[in-house]
Amino acid sequence: MIHPGHSFEQAIEEALGDSSLQTSLNTHLVRRSQVARESLLELGEPDRISGLAQRIKQYSVRHLDELLVRFCDRFEGLGGVVHWAADGDEAKRIIVEIAVQHGCKRCVKSKSMVSEEIELNGALIAAGIETVETDLGEFIIQLSNDRPSHIVTPMIHKTRAEVGRLFQEKLGTHYTEDPEELTQIARRYLREKFHQGDLGITGVNFAVAETGSLCLVTNEGNGRMVSSVPRVHIALMGMEKVIGTMRDLGVLFKVFVRSAVGTRLTVYTTIISGPRGQVGVDGPEHLHVVILNNRRSDVLASRHLDLLGCLRCGACLNVCPVYRKIGGHAYGSVYSGPIGAAETPLLAGMASGMETLPELCSLCGACLESCPVKIDLPRDLIGLRNVFVEEGRGPVWMRWAVGFSAWFLSGPRRFRLAQGVGRFVLGRMGQGGWVRRLRFYGSRWTASRDFPVPARESFRELWKASEGEL
Amino acid sequence: MKVSLFTTCLTDTFLPRVAVATVRLLRHLGCEVDFPVGQTCCGQMYFNSGYHQQAKRVGRTMLEVFSESEYVVCPSASCVAMIRDYYEELFENESELQGRVKELIGKTFELTEFLDGVLKVDFSQYRLEGIGRVTYHHGCHNRGLGQKAEQVIGLIQAIAGLEYLEPEKMDQCCGFGGAFAVKMEGISASLASDKSRCLAATGADRVVINEGGCWLQIAGYSHREGVAVRPLHIAELLAESLGLMDGEDGL
Repeated sequence: MIHPGHSFEQAIEEALGDSSLQTSLNTHLVRRSQVARESLLELGEPDRISGLAQRIKQYSVRHLDELLVRFCDRFEGLGGVVHWAADGDEAKRIIVEIAVQHGCKRCVKSKSMVSEEIELNGALIAAGIETVETDLGEFIIQLSNDRPSHIVTPMIHKTRAEVGRLFQEKLGTHYTEDPEELTQIARRYLREKFHQGDLGITGVNFAVAETGSLCLVTNEGNGRMVSSVPRVHIALMGMEKVIGTMRDLGVLFKVFVRSAVGTRLTVYTTIISGPRGQVGVDGPEHLHVVILNNRRSDVLASRHLDLLGCLRCGACLNVCPVYRKIGGHAYGSVYSGPIGAAETPLLAGMASGMETLPELCSLCGACLESCPVKIDLPRDLIGLRNVFVEEGRGPVWMRWAVGFSAWFLSGPRRFRLAQGVGRFVLGRMGQGGWVRRLRFYGSRWTASRDFPVPARESFRELWKASEGEL
Repeated sequence: MKVSLFTTCLTDTFLPRVAVATVRLLRHLGCEVDFPVGQTCCGQMYFNSGYHQQAKRVGRTMLEVFSESEYVVCPSASCVAMIRDYYEELFENESELQGRVKELIGKTFELTEFLDGVLKVDFSQYRLEGIGRVTYHHGCHNRGLGQKAEQVIGLIQAIAGLEYLEPEKMDQCCGFGGAFAVKMEGISASLASDKSRCLAATGADRVVINEGGCWLQIAGYSHREGVAVRPLHIAELLAESLGLMDGEDGL
């Protein structure tokens, strides 16, 4: 799930030095998180509604087994077909098989993070099926052979000018930076693809067990086109997407949309209950849902199970100081930001090379505050750091140094001794109370900051000397 | 009211004046203050870095040292957050310590929380004098404890003769984050630079910071870059305004 050959250090350095990326992150994310907060406030005390949403998701995650069974029963009762995929490869095989079975040649896709997770497009194209992303952002990403850098706004790292040049080069249109015009160009191109498409692939925002319905949320209407025009519709969902009832959907939908885009509603909200002919004359002839595990059951069995409650609203990315500095690509994985840093190691099986992800966090807590279902991401990230430490990853000298310093800090006499040594050593290195250059690992501090020399007398010495009469 | 001061390792070592100011302020407000000398550190930096065994070893001292205390007051927000948010998890396998953990959580307060929520001090009743322009950094852990920036700003504004200047992006992290500051040096420094720029842009002489980690980061960065805004703790500001600090190193 980590992109092969990804170097965190290099990617971070490049991101920090990329002025165009810095500008787009600075302008979009602050505004985005502000409008999200304001729109949530309209619902009254934010903690109350989030608390309710949190309980619904926590319940759903803890009752996944029964909810999934109920959902599948109802979904099949409506004429849909259910497929279970243990991992990405199985999901891809199932999807290609369905396409082949129905003789599909042209696939239109709406935005789906799970399809990114399993790298579905490559499998479809390899099977000779033309595959077009129809979400504007994802379309641009696909055209430029790029990767999404945000869960909700995948091309946040790109500028209008880049899109203008891309369309000029790939679609043969005249150069423009006007967003309206660019949208019209994409619209004309995609409109044709929708009409030609014989296979529609979507993700799923919510699967409702009570009714066997799939809920899709888009702002561009492409989700509805994809799920209604082609004769075959395959919905791909992570198994954590199922919730109990339409009432639950009402609550989650409200906090989800507001947290994601800061509006009360998305422009298109599609609830699909079975293929054509059951309820109305619209919709595909064949409706399939592929339910993906891909290590989600491992997450469910771990103490990080509430990560599965994530609605994919992207609010934690927007407020995260680290994401605001480095953007999504530096995380090297499909899911970026705080949620990606916590989830990716678990979904990728704690593979080596993942140790850096939970470190991409200053534990500021902004993600927890912004999360519409109150996922305690700082706790999860600390927990993962602990797993890596317990597994013995990381440099040996560091564990040794950590153990050594903990010994000094676990008793007052040793602590006093350490303070004295620190004062002596740093005092000799420093000038005017500050050290400009530390050695070894400390040089990472003094690369950009001075380090203080301990006070001439520590507080405990002052207290002792005055016998508490300060 | 009996109060035990939990200085924290950083304050004890680098900022003894903050601890002195805290003691004098609390005594001035009628508290009986002691300093249990067995204390060292809450273990936060170990816990946050994933070294939970070491955090437990260090944190255990806290449970013993403050077992007799009525209230534990601390001038640094993240150390209080460590106890309140994570001690139960840290000691979850030590059933014999659970009682002590719960007790410590219940009686530990960050200084401004204690002034506001327990002592319920109304500073408008006091004659507070100070001169200068002051801004404020609302640390992430101050926010995490549920403190509103307005509470602390209210305290600052209660001091006559002080001009409070609001910085931009007050809520944004300064980039310290413990080991994060060295492990992710580039990102951390970039955040420090943003923070420092916002603070300097206010034109204030001093910035109130009630958190040891943020202090280390902001003071260290400001000193390196020659930024004129110097950090100050709310305890120092209040104690000085009440004439408790002998004027040394004043505003």
